[in-house]
Amino acid sequence: MKEVRISLVGFGVVGHGVLEVVRRKWEALRSLGLDMKVVSVSDINGTLFDETGIDPQRLHAAKTLEGIANLDIIGKEAIQEVDSDLVVEVTPTNIVHGQPGLGHIEEALSSGKHVVTSNKGPLVVAFNHLRGVAQENGVMLKYEATVGGTMPLISLIEKNLVGNEILGIRGIFNGTCNYILTRMMEEKYTYSYALTEAQDLGIAEADPAYDVDGIDTAGKVVILANSIFGMSARYEDVSVTGIRDITPEALNLAWERGYHIKLIGEVPSLTVKPMLVPRRSPLAVGGTLNVASIETDLSGTITVTGLGAGSIETASAIVSDIVSIYTSRQVDG
Amino acid sequence: MRLSMDLELQDIPGQLMQSLEPFKKYKGNIISVVHHRDRKTPRGTVPVQIVFEIDPSNIENIKRHLEENGIVVVRAGEDRFIEEISVLLIGHVLHSDLGDTINRIDSTGFAEVEDLSLRMPGIEEPSSAYLRIRATGKEEIGKSLSILRHVGAEKDLLVIEPIEAEKI
Repeated sequence: MKEVRISLVGFGVVGHGVLEVVRRKWEALRSLGLDMKVVSVSDINGTLFDETGIDPQRLHAAKTLEGIANLDIIGKEAIQEVDSDLVVEVTPTNIVHGQPGLGHIEEALSSGKHVVTSNKGPLVVAFNHLRGVAQENGVMLKYEATVGGTMPLISLIEKNLVGNEILGIRGIFNGTCNYILTRMMEEKYTYSYALTEAQDLGIAEADPAYDVDGIDTAGKVVILANSIFGMSARYEDVSVTGIRDITPEALNLAWERGYHIKLIGEVPSLTVKPMLVPRRSPLAVGGTLNVASIETDLSGTITVTGLGAGSIETASAIVSDIVSIYTSRQVDG
Repeated sequence: MRLSMDLELQDIPGQLMQSLEPFKKYKGNIISVVHHRDRKTPRGTVPVQIVFEIDPSNIENIKRHLEENGIVVVRAGEDRFIEEISVLLIGHVLHSDLGDTINRIDSTGFAEVEDLSLRMPGIEEPSSAYLRIRATGKEEIGKSLSILRHVGAEKDLLVIEPIEAEKI
């Protein structure tokens, strides 16, 4: 049984999800030979540390660590001080400067800890740098949850499609935009009405700009460009158009002619824009689904779809990444 | 000159070969033959589209020859536009001179706006236009799109292109 001591940095929606998935899948993880222990959880209030492993149920109802933390250290200091093998970095994302996640990931990798993250910001700002730091320190940086949530995209390309040249990736990478456009088309809602519905359901943020202006999708495009295509793309290199100007009449007109309108991100062309998607295309998925078509030289075009966000869904991608770190290392001997 | 012909063949062996014979006889250079066996007409015939290059003076001979052999010629004529694409525009489509927008495509000589639908929900609200553009080839489709992108930027119109327009 391999003991895996995990430091969880960030205690928001995804952080709660990670604790929950580790609890629910405890037996299954043990049957894979992994004894996963979350030894510390940190947020801005401090760090809860227990070297025997924190009981996730203890934190189930807690929104923050206020009054629960037993160590007065946070962030990089907590990563340094706690003896762990792997850091799960799930703090709020910032696509402009990448902080605080960027500092956390740098610190963890340079202290020889594997990192699994759902935080796009650090990877958008400094993917190639972070990958270099991971290599120098002989540890792994995994980030499946940053693109397409639970939809397996990066691992699909890196593992199952290995040997293929990836010619292009095109898809819907933002469930909020997809939900809004789907409702506008189905119910003939205006953009602003569909947005308020999405906000009421918790699908869209109070400040929706990050989603509806295509910023989130562009961040994912940058991550794919750098990780899959070996580019050195920055956020500024992506040509971005969001969905605010889409009208129900336009959606209806497109529908009559056999098309949906979807916000599509493309790599390596580095574009994010609303596009006409034929109704029968595999990319024509509705609701909050994400979808990606991968064009390859040997395998043709492969399309995957799945839930792009959500606490448990994102956490499932994180836990899969953790498992893959240890199972692939076993093969390496 | 490049021409195209839509034929309807009986669904019996040898019909396709027979339909191609006059093209050989009148020195037509066949560019493509599309045999739509899966799209039979209500009367059970099979539609076939043939694109070819020929001296136009021979077209009537070919038609006569085909008809003498019991092959139905549905349409014959010039067909320069072999590619098409759908594009949607959102914004003040009409008040930014829709005629001019269309003319920018039509005046190229290699592409034309063939179909147009408009939705105008209210006077001050943005309208939407669906355009189908046909062009002489794939490259010309690409050029038409780039003209529309340019017009879109100039007139503050959102240009929504189809994903099949270009490979990823």
